[in-house]
Amino acid sequence: MFEHYLSIAVKSIFVENMALAFFLGMCSFLAVSKKVETAIGLGAAVIFVLAICVPLNQLILSSLLREGALAWIHPSLASVDLSFLSFLVQIGTIAAVVQIVEMAVDRFAPKLYSALGVFLPLIAVNCAILGASLFMEQREYNLGEAAVYGIGSGIGWALAIIALAALREKMRYSNVPHGLRGLGIAFILTGLMAIGFLAFSGIQL
Amino acid sequence: MARDSTGYTVGFAALVCVICGIGVAGAAVSLAPRQAENKVLDQQKQVLLVAGLLKPDQAATPDEIKALFDKNIRPELIDLKTGTPAKGVEIKGFDQRRAQKDPATSTKAPDNAAKVFRLPNNALVYHVLKDGKTDMLILPIEGYGLWSVLYGYLALDDDATTVKGITFYQHAETPGLGGEVDNPKWKAGWAGRKIYDDKGKVALSVIKGQAGPAQSAPHRVDGLSGATITSNGVTNTIQFWFGPSGFGPYLKHFLKSQGRS
Amino acid sequence: MDKQTKGVLFDPLFNNNPIALQVLGICSALAVTTKLETALVMSIALTVVTAFSNLAISLIRNYIPNSIRIIVQLTVIASLVIVTDQVLKAFVFEVSKQLSVFVGLIITNCIVMGRAEAYAMANKPGMSFLDGIGNGLGYSMVLLGIGFFRELFGSGKLFGVEILATTNDGGWYFSNGLMLMPPSAFFLIGIIIWILRTAKPAQIEKE
Repeated sequence: MFEHYLSIAVKSIFVENMALAFFLGMCSFLAVSKKVETAIGLGAAVIFVLAICVPLNQLILSSLLREGALAWIHPSLASVDLSFLSFLVQIGTIAAVVQIVEMAVDRFAPKLYSALGVFLPLIAVNCAILGASLFMEQREYNLGEAAVYGIGSGIGWALAIIALAALREKMRYSNVPHGLRGLGIAFILTGLMAIGFLAFSGIQL
Repeated sequence: MARDSTGYTVGFAALVCVICGIGVAGAAVSLAPRQAENKVLDQQKQVLLVAGLLKPDQAATPDEIKALFDKNIRPELIDLKTGTPAKGVEIKGFDQRRAQKDPATSTKAPDNAAKVFRLPNNALVYHVLKDGKTDMLILPIEGYGLWSVLYGYLALDDDATTVKGITFYQHAETPGLGGEVDNPKWKAGWAGRKIYDDKGKVALSVIKGQAGPAQSAPHRVDGLSGATITSNGVTNTIQFWFGPSGFGPYLKHFLKSQGRS
Repeated sequence: MDKQTKGVLFDPLFNNNPIALQVLGICSALAVTTKLETALVMSIALTVVTAFSNLAISLIRNYIPNSIRIIVQLTVIASLVIVTDQVLKAFVFEVSKQLSVFVGLIITNCIVMGRAEAYAMANKPGMSFLDGIGNGLGYSMVLLGIGFFRELFGSGKLFGVEILATTNDGGWYFSNGLMLMPPSAFFLIGIIIWILRTAKPAQIEKE
């Protein structure tokens, strides 16, 4: 049993890394990876949001939206299938959780709040969050699996953005061709990192 | 009312919710029958393909597929543990994957290399009919490869050991490597191989390298170049599903009902 | 076509391409580009969603209370995506299976939200609709370009039709396996940006 959860965790951190294998969360990934400090801050925020949102969405899906889920309210509702609402509900909970996280960061870490700027509320539309949630729905994880998957995806994404930030800080001293400076070289670097992470596939636990 | 007053905001939000809700629900409800039909048609197509009744490039309309299926295929719901016909369960609307996940209609599978976690109590098998008799059996199989679970069908001759065809209709293996399970040439290499050896044990496996003709190597299938883990996954899948936890009991029962062993 | 309409429709292709310059919408772009077929369906889906969400939001732009602006936009976009997803599942089932969760991810695709906020909130419905189409076209161009290279050099096919006979199928072309894996999409976009910015140096970021 523990092995099963460990395998989900390892898969979501390394093998199916949200940023490097599925390209999710690219916008903030590329924009915030200029300094390691802010990258760590954003990474931590993303882990936190994912750790809450994925299991929360799983709860909502299984108790309200899936076919037959409403049976606990009244047996006559057992045939109701509201799963087509899942996109709306999932993005709604994500937006709400991010709003709360934003207020918490503003209160407890105001320096981080101003360093992250607009990218903190943008976590709500970070494809990595909704993506992890949608994969959880597609794979029909239970609550425990969803929690592990959420935290694992977050750690994987954070790992990728911090690594890229470290690389980009070093790139400032390199002689990059004009057309590639900034965004272009960031993409190439990410591609090389993605190849590196491919080495993790085939890990069997 | 001022645009930013609380009353207006709440009212506006409610209106947006109602309109979007109606729009979305309308689309979902009106398209649902079509979507359900697509799912059923897809399964029927897969069964026909592995049975060789439909060629891969053949363009067939939904009605043609349905007609072909109804004429030549007889689905049977079986009790997986005993191998006998299932009792008290309707075939219509039976979704094996859903039954497999639901604790009420499934059990925990014994530890296995194919990483099959749960076994449905009942499984849906297909008989390919020729002149009213069962000519081939189509059995659903699944197992873990490198990146994903491979879901497929294996077509078995009526001697319950000779393979007539195989297909994996759903997987997310690496294109060009493990994804070559979809290569028609590789799939064709399965025809004529035998699953069981003389002692009745599952002997068929995907080896490294080439296996040679079916005559001389009945228990070996060509490996997938550069895709060891996917190949092992396929072998594990065969080992599990044709062993005592999978269709072993059913195949014994089937042979008995045909009058042989 | 008058100058303004032309600008709205065609600027996003080269001058202001959403992906290359505005760094928008790359997420879902990459995962579906292993085949041209999926890239094309995704492009159409995104163009339709952006155009109609721009239209809808522009129609109600004068009535939206400021405090719930973003969430209203999200709701409209999410609803359109759900409808699109349902239509895909009903009419092109095979392709929708391959697109899997990435259709849902159009909701968080920065292009859709970005244009809603930047253009639709401040312009008339007609022009907003065209702006959606224009940005959709710019996105489609990059997506189909990457899909073209990845499918051709990765599997020797275009839209499933064999162009280069691969060794797996008994031909001569050793397919470039990297093209079918995620990193290749990153490299291809990096190269596209390089070409675009060398041709139009004004787009290079100021350090």
